Amino acid sequence: MTAIQARDVSLTFPTADGPVHALKDVSLTIERGDFVSFIGPSGCGKTTLLRAIAALETPTGGTLTVNGMTPDAARKARAYGYVFQAPGLYPWRTIAGNISLPLEIMGFSRAERAQRITRVLDLVDLTGFGGKFPWQLSGGMQQRASIARALAFDADILLMDEPFGALDEIVRDRLNEALLDLWKKTGKTIGFVTHSIPEAVYLSTRIVVMSPRPGRITRVIDSPLPRDRPLDIRDTPEFIALAQQVREGLREGHSYD
Amino acid sequence: MTEKTAPWRPGGISLSFGCVLPILSVLLAIIVIWYLAAVWMNATWVRDQAARADAVLTAGDLIRQTLTLDRPVLPAPHQVAAGLWDGVAGQAVTSRRSLVWHGWVTLSATLAGFAIGTAAGILLAVGIVHNRAMDQSVMPWAVASQTVPILAIAPMVIVVMASAGITGLLPKAVIAAWLSFFPVLVGMVKGLRTPDALQLDQMRSWSASPAQVFWRLRLPSSLPYLFASLKVAIAAALVGTIVGELPAGATAGLGARLLSGSYYGQTVQIWAALFAAAILAACLVMLIGWIERLTLTRMGLAR
Repeated sequence: MTAIQARDVSLTFPTADGPVHALKDVSLTIERGDFVSFIGPSGCGKTTLLRAIAALETPTGGTLTVNGMTPDAARKARAYGYVFQAPGLYPWRTIAGNISLPLEIMGFSRAERAQRITRVLDLVDLTGFGGKFPWQLSGGMQQRASIARALAFDADILLMDEPFGALDEIVRDRLNEALLDLWKKTGKTIGFVTHSIPEAVYLSTRIVVMSPRPGRITRVIDSPLPRDRPLDIRDTPEFIALAQQVREGLREGHSYD
Repeated sequence: MTEKTAPWRPGGISLSFGCVLPILSVLLAIIVIWYLAAVWMNATWVRDQAARADAVLTAGDLIRQTLTLDRPVLPAPHQVAAGLWDGVAGQAVTSRRSLVWHGWVTLSATLAGFAIGTAAGILLAVGIVHNRAMDQSVMPWAVASQTVPILAIAPMVIVVMASAGITGLLPKAVIAAWLSFFPVLVGMVKGLRTPDALQLDQMRSWSASPAQVFWRLRLPSSLPYLFASLKVAIAAALVGTIVGELPAGATAGLGARLLSGSYYGQTVQIWAALFAAAILAACLVMLIGWIERLTLTRMGLAR
């Protein structure tokens, strides 16, 4: 079953220096339950593609469907939860209050909200922190809270834009492991933008390598790794070979600049 | 990554010795200069009187007399303090000589004007943030309104409203509102625009309506700016009210007290009314500061 389908998607931003081709002829199919990473240097359009899927940007060409609908319709149907680079928690709301925010906007009842908050807090391993304010939590915990918020309304697609980019490596490892665990438990389709090759290889079932000017897909690599991945899988030859392939893909994209 | 907000510590006025000493020295210097000025400015009158009575004036006499005149050019601090004390505590609060009564007249108009001005400022700011046409058209008019001297506007407002049969509190409140809406408008426009692109994108990703974005994101984010503006606005409202009490022979309020003092050369009365107004303003600003701390601490927004 197809979750996200892009056919010849282009997106051009008009700027003072002339149009910028953020995306050019991007075609991609993401199946339900896939964990797809988008990797590439800055300016390759990976974030723009994710935002287009979320209907935060509108493509200027091609067709893009999410769960068989237009991105706009999919957003209104709560098809996806979006995790941004920063947690963006409201300082005047507790963690539970922050998770409750999209639920209030979407009109869930009070009882329903309370029940969902408890469930997603447990899912991201923050049980007992609902009453804390964001500043009382570490950066990693804040980002977990923001993931919980994106999970709270049961969208079956989770879009994540460099969610762990601002965190240190140790916290990042732990959160990657937790994310895989969460993915296995929930069976969601995940679109994940990252700068990091090991992160992309460790997490993904498919890795989409992109290159800039104009933003396009240079390679789509299907991961041969099993879905069960302990952290030390990163020392196996398969893992290293896969990382090698991604690196080559990235180099290809750079060959002519 | 949002910054970690440090827990709020009660700052403000901490009365440690190192802090009190400079304040006291400045206060002392002001009082000394004031006394010297009082002696110097009142000396002419005292010398004239002595010359007419053919009395010999020693330095001690001169100083004693310059500091105890009934209608001094510049009253001495203790005379003002006595005048203030008598006005506040020495009269029944219903008496026309009571500063409490006059203060209440001024305060009620100030609060009414402040409420009108704040409401107007917030409504205009909401309009400016949500409507492109208002964004481009309202601000120049708001700025223009503040460049017109309030002393020129005030009598017109009083006279026009009086001819429509409206007198008393409301005309003064209108003048107070005229001065106080502007800081609220400027602060709220800035405050309502503080949510960044990420926060607005979040709201979009949840398909939030503009009303939901306003009540759940824009309004709470704007509160620190609102409170800063409110402190300026309440002081401005007080000034507006006092100016509104000056023309057309108003008989009540601190402004009227200033005016009658100047009619009859009661300089002590003028100064006492001035200080009463200053103390009132300080109390109002402190009250708002207190509400601000309470609210922002509760909201986790205090820095």
